[in-house]
This record gives sequence, structure tokens and C-alpha cells, in this order.
Amino acid sequence: MGIRVDEEACNRCGTAEEPMCVRDCPGDLMFIKPNDKAAIVDNRECWDCAACVKVCPSQAIEMRLPTSLVVRGVTLKGRAMKHKTTWQLRLRDGEHDDYETPSTGRSPFIPNL
Amino acid sequence: MGETVEHRCDLLIVGGGAAGCVAAVEARERDPDLDVLVMEKAHVYRSGCLAAGISAINAYLHRGESPQSFLRYVIRDTHGIVRDDLTLSLAAELNEQVRRVESWGLPIPRDERGQPLRRGRASIKIFGERLKPILGKRAEASGAAILNRVNATGLLLDESGRVVGVCGVGTRDGRFHVIRAGAVLLCTGGAAGIYRPSNPGVAAHRMWYSPFNTGAGLSMGIRAGAEMTSFEYRFIPLRIKDAVAPTGEIAQWLGAPQINALGEPYLDKHYAELGGRSMPTQDRLYATLLEKRAGRGPCYLDLRGVNPRRLRGTIAAYLSMAPSSAMIMRDEAYYAEHGGAMAPVEIAGGEPHVVGGHGLSGYWIDERRRTSLEGLWAAGDVAGGMPKKYASGAWAEAVLAVRDAIEQIRDGQDRGDPEPEHIERERQRALRPLAGEGSIPARELEERLQKVMDEYAGGIGQQYGYSGGELALARLHLERLHDELPHLSASTPFELMQCHDVLDRAEVARVLVEHMDHRKETRWHCYQERLDHPERDDGRWMVFVNSARQPDGTIQMIERPVQRTKLDVQLPELADGAVIRRRGSTRPSR
Repeated sequence: MGIRVDEEACNRCGTAEEPMCVRDCPGDLMFIKPNDKAAIVDNRECWDCAACVKVCPSQAIEMRLPTSLVVRGVTLKGRAMKHKTTWQLRLRDGEHDDYETPSTGRSPFIPNL
Repeated sequence: MGETVEHRCDLLIVGGGAAGCVAAVEARERDPDLDVLVMEKAHVYRSGCLAAGISAINAYLHRGESPQSFLRYVIRDTHGIVRDDLTLSLAAELNEQVRRVESWGLPIPRDERGQPLRRGRASIKIFGERLKPILGKRAEASGAAILNRVNATGLLLDESGRVVGVCGVGTRDGRFHVIRAGAVLLCTGGAAGIYRPSNPGVAAHRMWYSPFNTGAGLSMGIRAGAEMTSFEYRFIPLRIKDAVAPTGEIAQWLGAPQINALGEPYLDKHYAELGGRSMPTQDRLYATLLEKRAGRGPCYLDLRGVNPRRLRGTIAAYLSMAPSSAMIMRDEAYYAEHGGAMAPVEIAGGEPHVVGGHGLSGYWIDERRRTSLEGLWAAGDVAGGMPKKYASGAWAEAVLAVRDAIEQIRDGQDRGDPEPEHIERERQRALRPLAGEGSIPARELEERLQKVMDEYAGGIGQQYGYSGGELALARLHLERLHDELPHLSASTPFELMQCHDVLDRAEVARVLVEHMDHRKETRWHCYQERLDHPERDDGRWMVFVNSARQPDGTIQMIERPVQRTKLDVQLPELADGAVIRRRGSTRPSR
């Protein structure tokens, strides 16, 4: 599967307007269910781009790999901040591995990544 | 659903992806009075190829490089079939456009001397996770009107055959849009989903190219009789298997060698005559297939000896472009941390695509980026004749197209209106699946199309090879499939969009098969692999294979010679068993 929405956490961005995951999905796959929670039309259509994951202000969306590709494996959450994106990979044992990537603005001098 | 909305503008940009967003900004900066409209299938913040981000700019002139040296590199990679005029004019714009997008907020790491970090021959490192929102917001701020969630379905022509607008359908509300424009620039991208994908079932969309790029712009042009080029050059990515992640991040950035199952660096050891590790892109894929046939497969990227800290950098890079690959990579590292071993990173080819940014296929355009239809320009993946454009090349091409289109708009040439009957025909066609007369859901016909193309037109299942006999069957089955298209059925605007995705792919597939059948040689292994004509024949086939659909529906094939700028370029040899003919003489390859 592609993504999973945590209905406890989703508050449709606290707005009557278009929630951001619904706005940003490049396949226009996200919609709001009658219970006011975000959902995906069909995970088969998902490209795994994580646009919805990163833009969600309440961290309610996580990405999962299709089981046909990887058994169990890791899940991914992320958050797009102004100048960086933070990522949280949840591993098999439940531990987290966190990353940060620059996203906008002048890049730091990085001689050796 | 169904009501008609009308718009008018000076410049209509169809597709708000990499090319379209930069085109909008360029147009508004050049002429702040210009009425610019961007028509976008999804939303410009994350639509198109750059949705997940990218971690490199792959068309950039390093210090010491020039448009001429860039052209030499492209000619070698495409075995000679490339448009020199398109390549030189585009290359001259590359660095300027990269600097421009950097000034909009794209982080590009630079060394002490201010040079971007080199990642390959024409490639630099970037932090591109936010690239698409940066472009989309800039396009919005430019003052161009953005019409999100309208899927283009047809070109509107006046009596003289000039393109005077585009029509489309709202993907959320099913409304029919008619947009009249002084000039139309197509930036709709290439086509994915024509072939059966590497991953079936629930993972079907884990593919290299955007599955939402379905060839709409190509299909509209085909129906209007525009000249198309080189569809037979099908781009097939060599990727990390399953993750479908680019190999460059590991091969170039981590310096991991490409090895076969025996642990040999096979590119150098067995295919030195092709150029070893610097062989052309398609031969890299072909060599990997040959290793399997020789009993030395599968092939891998060798991560033994890679510093784990650098692996972290690779995972971070994947997060910024192909997050699912980062997940798979991190899961493998987990095993290594717990006393197991990382599975070797297996590499394999994906499914073929019709795409002009990596490959050669798309609209036949002139140096000003005009198509063969008056009033219509093309830029980016939808335009053909010059591969290795990638994102920065799409920006450069968009800018070139806009400059010329604006000149023509200023000239204020008389343009007619589309005929009302023409608009009505397009409306009927666009909305037909909603009429309740059909019974076939889009996915069924999509799977039928992908099955035919995979089995009879050199898909993954056939290891990309095909012969005339199979193409004849592909043609037959595609004709039958076309008879079924009027029976497509949709009950929502979203399903209607899916119906159009299939209609567009089917249109592209028919032309693709004719191109594949016309070129009776093998010039680009795997991309264009004729099992019944396994030789490259420079005496006969140093030509572009083009096509134009005629009013009676037949596809007319056209050959256009390669116009070579005076450059001293040695074409590379073909692999095993192939023979190269040069001006009548034959000699076997080593």
C-alpha cells in the first residue's frame, strides 16, 4: 500500500477550505470522507511521492511500502518546514531513525556528504 | 457536470510542470501586460515529474564545457541521431536557467570556488525536495492565471488549421473548458503506462516516470495531424530493482561499482569495446541483460566497503526524490546493523516510456520550438529530437519557446475562431464516457493496452526485443482496442480523467508501433531492439523517423535526414554479435 491516514490525528487541516493533502497530490487521489477525515481513492494509484506526507500539519499521514515489494519493512513520516524537511523512518523494531534535508534557501557549504 | 466554461488569454501554457511553470514566469517577466494562463491537470505545487523532488540537475555545463562539447556527448549517446540545432540552442541556456531557479530558493551546494558539486559528466548535486513547490509558487506569483484541475483533451483549430486554443475537462467537476489563446505552448510531459509496469497489482504505480503523465499533449497533436519524431526511441530506465530508484545516486555518488553475480565489474571486463563504464546509457542496460543471458546475472551495485556515513547521505538524497527507495535502503541497513547482511542492490530495467526529456520522442519542432502546427509550440518531455534535457533542459526549452511565441503574439497575426461544430465534437468526445452508454471501466482497457504492448511490442516480458511479425499483431490488437474505446464508462469526474488517460495512451501506442515497425535496423539496444534487423545500418538509417496522422486516420511515415554540425565525433560500437555498416563497407564488431 502507499499511504495510511491516522484518523485520530487528521483534523482536515482545521479548515473548511481544501486540506493540503487534497490540494497537493499529483494524481488528485486524496479526498475528504463524510466523517471529515482525509483518505486516498486507491492506494494502487499512488506514486509514493510523499507530497501528502510532508505537507500534513498534524503528521497524520504515513507512507508504507506495498507488501508485494517488501515484507513489513519501515514506515515514513515527514514534515516540510520553511528551510528544511524533517523525516522520521520507523524501523522494524519500532525505533526511529531521523533525517533532515535542506529544502529552500541558500545551501550550506558541504565539502563532502 | 457537463456545462461549458470559456476563457481567453494571449498565451496558454498547457501543463504546469517543470517546463510550464518556468514558461509562465518567463512570459510574465518579458511582458508584464501579457495575459498568461497555465492549464494544469492536478495542482502546480506538486504536479508532474518533480512531485517527489530530485537530487541532481543532469544537464549542466561544468567549467570547461561548452554547448559544442555537450552536443558531442549527446551525439555519442544517441548513436548519431540527434538534432544539433536543438541541442546547441538549449545547452547555451542551461546554466542561466539553473542560476535562475537557484535564485528562487533551490539549494545548490557549491565548493570553495563557488562551483556546484560535480556528480557526473553534465550533472550537479542539488537539494531538490522542494523544487516543485518553488516553481509552482513562483508561477503563481508571476501574475499568470493558474487553472488547476483541468485535463486537456483536444486542440482547437481555426479554418486554416492554425491552433487557436485548447479544450479540457475539470477533473473534480466534469465541466468542459474552452480556452481561446493567441499562442499555445504544450508542456504536458511524456507518456507512462503504455507498457505493463515492472510491478503488477497494488504496486503498479511504483514506476520511474510519473504515472500521471499519460501522453495527453502527444495524443492531442496526433489527432490534429502534428508531425512527431522518434517514438521508436523508447526510454527504459536502468534502476534499482523494485525501488525503481536511480542508480546514479549510488553508482556516481557512493562510487559503488556495477558488478555481475560473479563479482566482476562487468562493464569494463566484458564490454570495454562499448566504452566500459562510460558506455552510452542504453548499452549499460543492454550489457546488464547480456550478463543475465551469459549466465552471469543478476547484476548489482556493490555496496561492500561503502562508508555507512556516506550511505546515510544516500538515504537522505533518496528521501528528497524517491522516498520509497530510502525506505527500502534503510530497511536493508537494518539487517546489516543486526548481524545480518545487506542484500546486494540489484539493478534491472523498467518498462519503456515515450518521453522527450530523457529520450528522443515527441513533437518535431524547429529551433524556435515551433511544432508543425501553426500557433503551437512544445517544450520539455513532450518535445522530441534531443535527449538528455532533463529538468534544467525543460526550463531552457520553455524559455526558448516563450521568447518566440511572444514575438508572434506581438505581431498580432489575424487568427480565426474555432468552428462551433468543432468545439461541439470535442465536447461530445470529451464527455462521452459519462453518457451512460459504455460498460468498460478504464482500468480494464488500460490492462489490455499494457498486455498488448508488453507481449507484441517489446515490453519487459520480452526483454524489450521485437520483430515485424509481432508488431503486425500489436497493430491488429490495438485496432481492436480502439474499437472498444467508445465503450469506456465513467460515473465520476475522476473516472472520466482515467478514461482520458487510457484514450491518450492508446493514441500514442498506435503511433509508437508504426515508428517501431518503420526503422528496420537496431540502433539503440533495448530502447529499439529489432530482433529481425539486429544490425545498425548507418548507410540507410541515419535519419529521423517521423510521422503525421492523415485526415483519413492513416499514419504517414516521414524520414528526415540528420543535419550534422561539423564536429569530430566517433560513434561507439554496438555490443556482441552486431555489425556496423558504414557507407557500404561492413566489418564485424569485436
